[in-house]
Amino acid sequence: MPADTQILIASDRDVVAARQQGRAVALRAGFSMSEATLIATAISELARNIVSYANQGSVTLRPVHRSNGAIGLTIVASDSGPGIADVTLALRDGYSSSGGLGLGLPGVRRLMDEFDIVSRAGSGTTVTVTKWLP
Amino acid sequence: MQVPILKQGGVLIATIQAALSDADLLELRTALVQQVVRYRSSGVIVDVTAMDVMDSFASRTLLEISHMIRLRGAATVIVGIQPEVAFAMVQLGLTLEDIPTALDLEEGLAYLQQKARSIN
Repeated sequence: MPADTQILIASDRDVVAARQQGRAVALRAGFSMSEATLIATAISELARNIVSYANQGSVTLRPVHRSNGAIGLTIVASDSGPGIADVTLALRDGYSSSGGLGLGLPGVRRLMDEFDIVSRAGSGTTVTVTKWLP
Repeated sequence: MQVPILKQGGVLIATIQAALSDADLLELRTALVQQVVRYRSSGVIVDVTAMDVMDSFASRTLLEISHMIRLRGAATVIVGIQPEVAFAMVQLGLTLEDIPTALDLEEGLAYLQQKARSIN
């Protein structure tokens, strides 16, 4: 199985680099152009959240292979920023603490098949999402 | 990555040629609004054919461009959204509802010409 790719995120340039690498890894894993674009869009949102709220962090691209034959791509977006005080609120459509459209996290959840978020105020946020090959 | 802006008659055409960072998008917004004022343009076309991803920031910036330009009395059309980009946008919840969109540059120009005729 291909190794993980970790991309350090510290500026808006890194957001573009992360989604471009994510698209390339997704295409190599066998995803269609359309699915790879969904994945790249999710990475763009997650990486931007890191820059906007935590200044820096990382995005890890992890090709996954289950024993039942399922192939997928897991993305881990992690930072040691201020964390999210109310995760339920942050996952609500239209809610934004930054003046954005409030579609970032709930949108990412719609784009991907699996979504998990761990965040504690003061100790950072880790969002783990997976898309499975249909 | 600067976005070239061409002036064709009363229309400005901004052709995005590669993936844009957030800073690039904000620069495009400033440049377009300044040039609409300078050239007294009646219409703006933003060609996004080469955009790899249209996420919430890009959509918000395009909406802002369109609203600012409308306040100047001019119209904005977004052209060239790729099918897979449109698919991802809708899943994300982005519809660019109040900006006219067209298939390509030609259709975008036709839309603006028709709009100008209906006003005159």
